[in-house]
Amino acid sequence: METLERVLSEHAFFAGMDPEYVHLLVGCASNVRFEAGSFIFRQGEEARDFYLIRQGKAALEMAPPNRPPMMIQTVSEGDVLGWSWLIPPHRWRFDARALELTRAFAMDGACLRQKCGEDPRLGYELLRRFSSIIAERLEATCLQLMDVYAIQS
Amino acid sequence: MPSNLEVAAPPLEAAATTMLPRLFRVQRYLQETDDTFTLELGPLDDGAPLAFAPGQFNMLYVFGVGEVPISISGDPDKPGVLVHTTRAVGTVTRVMARLRRGELIGVRGPYGTPWPVDQAEGNDVVIVAGGIGLAPLRPALYRLLAQRDRFGKVVLLYGTRTPEDILYRKELERWRARFDVDVYVTVDRAIAPWRGSVGVVTHLIPKAPFDPLSSVALICGPEIMMRFSVFELEKRGVAADRIFVSLERNMKCGVGTCGHCQFGPLFVCREGPVFAYPRVRDWLAVREL
Repeated sequence: METLERVLSEHAFFAGMDPEYVHLLVGCASNVRFEAGSFIFRQGEEARDFYLIRQGKAALEMAPPNRPPMMIQTVSEGDVLGWSWLIPPHRWRFDARALELTRAFAMDGACLRQKCGEDPRLGYELLRRFSSIIAERLEATCLQLMDVYAIQS
Repeated sequence: MPSNLEVAAPPLEAAATTMLPRLFRVQRYLQETDDTFTLELGPLDDGAPLAFAPGQFNMLYVFGVGEVPISISGDPDKPGVLVHTTRAVGTVTRVMARLRRGELIGVRGPYGTPWPVDQAEGNDVVIVAGGIGLAPLRPALYRLLAQRDRFGKVVLLYGTRTPEDILYRKELERWRARFDVDVYVTVDRAIAPWRGSVGVVTHLIPKAPFDPLSSVALICGPEIMMRFSVFELEKRGVAADRIFVSLERNMKCGVGTCGHCQFGPLFVCREGPVFAYPRVRDWLAVREL
């Protein structure tokens, strides 16, 4: 457990976090690996975890009917994958697929929600970190929607 | 290490040597992507090669159609062949895209301010390119790689729309294979079998391997992409006066006399296209410009 705690604390998501909280959160973490091509989660499934990517690369995909799945974002070492665990109804909105062998920490959402409920300061700390990620993704999505490289008419 | 980098506009009399195009012949035509092409040009006369600095542009004249500013995208140390990459997007460039080997084109230039490559000596250099914006940055990269020992890390962050839109694909692969340059490519959207990064180019900045306190950043691409790249670079700790952007405006004369490319108090053709970011920061935020 000590080793997991140390490795976890080195992930970018936990940078600057009170070691006491890291110690608390390590109880919700487990090591996972996904082979290239395998799904990490599928759209509509219950969002039980989020993932802190340690190594490898994964893609968030949407699969429109009668069209090939479209990659809308990739995540790699140091990134966070998924926030549906945080927001009801706790269902994944996208597919996530490993593009190469991907190692990550899976953080148990129910476990985290319980700890946050018991300690609102921890809850605020986690929400603060997730809100930054959500804001960055929103900004990126705006830029993608603007299609800035398209020919302007 | 320079503390205050700047790019200087050439003297007006030097820039305005002539309004008369010099005749060049198309030596080679390359289709880079679906809508982007490269022309390699050689002078028709026996005059000197057209020496240029990375970041400068020429006015290219398609006879009977019109004249457009196109940045030079070749190797500044090989001025014997004049290289221009552009997209077929307007009246002139659509006709230009039909030029083939042996046909003639008029060239005026080179004009404008260069990337501050020499001033960046001793620093890491971060190049952020978006879409066709890689073309004006390629001469800077050629120069950096030709004089590799003079610089710290050299990092190229390149974003474009889809994998099919990647410019200079083979060259990117060659640069990527080198140990002395870090190349990261991302696309805004993709389908399999693409295995690279998907996401906007600004997202490459937080993880890119450079020292923000001793880096010089060169950015070229759509203006929105450049603004958000600047935000990310500043967030990372790169000082504003170490960030350089190349602007695109409606340039006609190329020498700062006609006023078409006026941008606030600046003429982009003469005082740009490469600007230290603080010089244009306030004007970039003005919607009407």
